[in-house]
Amino acid sequence: MEQARAVAASVVDPELPMLTLHDLGVLREVALDDDGAVVVAITPTYSGCPAMATMRDDLVRTLRDAGFGDARVRVTLDPAWTTDWITPEGRAALTEAGISPPGPAPRREESVTLQLAPTRRSVRCPRCGADDVALTSEFGSTACKAMYRCRACLEPFDHVKEI
Amino acid sequence: MAEVHTHEADDHDSAYAGLLVNDAHWAFGTDFEDPLAGVDTTVPEGVDAQELAAYCLQLGDDALILSQRLSEWCSRAPDLEEDIALANIALDLLGQARLLLARAAAADPSLVPALPEGSPVPPEDALAFFRSDREFRNVCLVELPNGDFAETICRVLVFSTYRLALFQRLTAHPDAVLRAVAVKGLKELAYHRDFAGRWFLTLARGTEESRRRLEAALAQVWAYRHELGDDQDAEVVLEQVLATSGVAAPGVRPVSTVGGHTEHLSRLLAEMQVVARAHPMGLW
Repeated sequence: MEQARAVAASVVDPELPMLTLHDLGVLREVALDDDGAVVVAITPTYSGCPAMATMRDDLVRTLRDAGFGDARVRVTLDPAWTTDWITPEGRAALTEAGISPPGPAPRREESVTLQLAPTRRSVRCPRCGADDVALTSEFGSTACKAMYRCRACLEPFDHVKEI
Repeated sequence: MAEVHTHEADDHDSAYAGLLVNDAHWAFGTDFEDPLAGVDTTVPEGVDAQELAAYCLQLGDDALILSQRLSEWCSRAPDLEEDIALANIALDLLGQARLLLARAAAADPSLVPALPEGSPVPPEDALAFFRSDREFRNVCLVELPNGDFAETICRVLVFSTYRLALFQRLTAHPDAVLRAVAVKGLKELAYHRDFAGRWFLTLARGTEESRRRLEAALAQVWAYRHELGDDQDAEVVLEQVLATSGVAAPGVRPVSTVGGHTEHLSRLLAEMQVVARAHPMGLW
């Protein structure tokens, strides 16, 4: 059981391969069902996230290769995924890869309040550490990222949006 | 996808050589499985399965059709950032549509169009690609052509404001699947609305021309607002955007949408459905 958990936790995200599914907070539970099969529960990041099927296949394949032939993946939609579930190790790995990790997610009441001013975040450049950064776009290469530019070292970088 | 043979010498000449050899490396894979796989889709006691399915179909169709419209901006938006933003919003709505159509199909399988025996098309795709225009339950607002950027912004603003208010209430729905879709969708709709709200403000405070076009666009969209129902929470938010922008609520008559759809839906569906309909046994 512990071994199955460790194997499942080692599978990496297809879009952010520096993060394991455990680090991303997508892996919610690893359990055995009545027949002794491994059942992994995952929670999608975004409703339209096209990486879900790949995550599921990667989990089943990795578990099978590790000797857990009967692995199944179950999706849990509730509670909804939040960037707060990204582990400290995951945040360090993102920074290391040049991606700025998310700050604390807004509380539900805050997140649905109309915000007509640009989103204010306390973001540091993942390359040089400067906090003098400018938002280039709220929308980046994937649904989960915004684009920033560092005014100190002039590098553009991705920031994982707080949700 | 079939293996493509390339001569070794070609590999240096073509940037695309090798891309088609094995598509397993594509981040998203090629299989589109049941989005509700592993989710308990039992309809709870006290909920009418047919009513629930019809409701999910309506909410799913709204998201699907607006997603299709927004994706028409791909490569055509005023600049790269807005292009990506609109594509991101379209993708979120497509995700909501998939979950909702799959939920509708699970609650009432009789809704799903019949396909040839052995067809690998999943139920939510059968609903999206094999229903005719008259069977779609979306509001007319989402099927209208995109118009200019101002019209697109006004439509996203009004649509996401009403849908957000509705999803806030749906977080208390007795059906656990619909509830979960609502909780998830809330966060997405909140930034769709903020995106559109900020652009609304920018266009209102921009030039005389941007202001003129924004006001004309808002009047167009306003005429369909009644389709989204009476919603105090949504109206308060829209008033706030209008007040901040100094734009008056348009005094337009509601357009009659009795009788279903406009001709624009048929054209949109013709484009969206043509490939799937030509290959009901196709594997994608």
